[in-house]
Amino acid sequence: MISPGTSLNALQKALRGGEISPLEVIKYYAGRMDELNPQLNALLSYDRETALSAAAKADISLPLGGLPIAIKDNICRKGITTSCASRMLENFCSPYNATAVEKLLAAGAIPFGRANMDEFAMGSSGENSAYGSTRNPADLQHVPGGSSSGSAAAVAAGLIPAALGSDTGGSVRQPASHCGVVGLKPTYGRISRYGLVAFASSLDQIGTLTHSVEDAALLLGILCGHDEKDSTSSQEPVPDFVSGLHDSISNMRIGLPREYTGGGNAKPVSSALEAATKALQDAGAEICEISLPHAEAAVASYYIIACAEASSNLARYDGIRYGHRSRLTHDPDALFSLSRAEGFGEEVKRRIILGTYVLSGGYYDAYYARAQKARALVAQDFAKAFSELGVQLILGPVAPTPAPNLHAVDMTPLQTYLADIYTVPANLAGLPAISVPTPQSGLPVGVQLLAPHFEEARLLRAAATLEQSWK
Amino acid sequence: MSDKMQQPHPAIDVAYIARLAKIKLSEEEQSRLTRDLEQILDYVQQLEKWDTQHIEPMYHPIPTFDALRPDVPGESLSADAALGNAPQQEDGQFCVPKVVESAH
Repeated sequence: MISPGTSLNALQKALRGGEISPLEVIKYYAGRMDELNPQLNALLSYDRETALSAAAKADISLPLGGLPIAIKDNICRKGITTSCASRMLENFCSPYNATAVEKLLAAGAIPFGRANMDEFAMGSSGENSAYGSTRNPADLQHVPGGSSSGSAAAVAAGLIPAALGSDTGGSVRQPASHCGVVGLKPTYGRISRYGLVAFASSLDQIGTLTHSVEDAALLLGILCGHDEKDSTSSQEPVPDFVSGLHDSISNMRIGLPREYTGGGNAKPVSSALEAATKALQDAGAEICEISLPHAEAAVASYYIIACAEASSNLARYDGIRYGHRSRLTHDPDALFSLSRAEGFGEEVKRRIILGTYVLSGGYYDAYYARAQKARALVAQDFAKAFSELGVQLILGPVAPTPAPNLHAVDMTPLQTYLADIYTVPANLAGLPAISVPTPQSGLPVGVQLLAPHFEEARLLRAAATLEQSWK
Repeated sequence: MSDKMQQPHPAIDVAYIARLAKIKLSEEEQSRLTRDLEQILDYVQQLEKWDTQHIEPMYHPIPTFDALRPDVPGESLSADAALGNAPQQEDGQFCVPKVVESAH
């Protein structure tokens, strides 16, 4: 009755129709985890007994009653380790729930499984986890993408029907594309960041990984809303994202930036983009070529801003109040430096050092201030496209290639950063964006849609149209 | 775009930056990070191509106004919960290495 690809929506119908019980649902996914997690390493831990006792009390009349959802390990759950896949937080037991987790619980969902990730959400392959790489379920020799590597792989392999992730520069959309699931990053501020361990606070946003666009809409409706514990969370009204999902997109104008279709894309990525263009046209949308003249500035601007904010946010890990503490010294200053040296992995150190450098005396204007101005230019490109050029959505690739091989050791850090070219602009500009899988014979490839601020309903409608056209 | 020549970035003193960031780096890490940072900073020099003289820096992606809430006391973490993750604690307080030498 349940299969690895069963959606939340289908599970909910089966639960409410009495075809299956909440206990059977948890047993099914726990069985999948036992069988497949040893090879995938998608989940850092999963507590079957706690999930079963939640299932025994589940109220299936609630909006997510009895539905299990995995949580990326940088989103706090009370009484449970939240490690950010870092040695630094190996023994950190969160004293409170993130607001997103509170909302899932209030809607009757059962959080089940701590999803592996790149350490502190820094990376795009899943290989920066202190607890081992996650594998891509489509081909174990390939990376799942990152940083929400475990969330994407767990959903793709049917270890769980849906997962929360976080997206600072593409960390939900890119692994969704590489694993063949739907990855939604809402507008900045749509979902409260309270209890999401901070990486880059002006870019971070919680998102969802699901089998279907409808499931993304269902979860978004639950997770959105203003939270007085996060002053940047939005006061915008929360519409019903599910009800208009299958309305026509006839006459919708969708922009295809010429900067996104150049020779830098691998063949399967170009083909996926062509297929999406055709599917949207067949549904009555008008696809028009547009230009985002500052597209090239996005990666440079992003890495300066993200690393600067990270260097500040990660200053809290000092080995005193929580987190790893070095045993090698009793000197107070050395205690900080050694605790951080032992607790952080290579990529985290690299980004803290880069961020510290661009904020340091004499370089602030040359790097940080300039990057924030370039960010404004990137955002203005989108604003112009959505106003002057009159497009309602933008279509593009998610990543220039399908999932790379594991251990691509010949790549320099800069080369891996450059592959974020299509995902970082949505974070810089705060826009909602979604990755939708395309039909493939080889490795999965998604396409991306972007919308103006708070237009998730429109974004999801076009994404559902794409999904439907390939059924 | 201005066609001003791009200036090479100044030499990076990673050891100094690591002291600011309070991360002890090995010699090997220092040389690897120096190489990585030089490459990354060379790349970000391209931002000089764009004329940003009259552009306001964008510190936040969404304009937010009036994010204040009423100042009323609410629940907060208990001392026990706040100390629960401390690597070392005693008598309801965080333990830190001795900062001031004793007088005797």
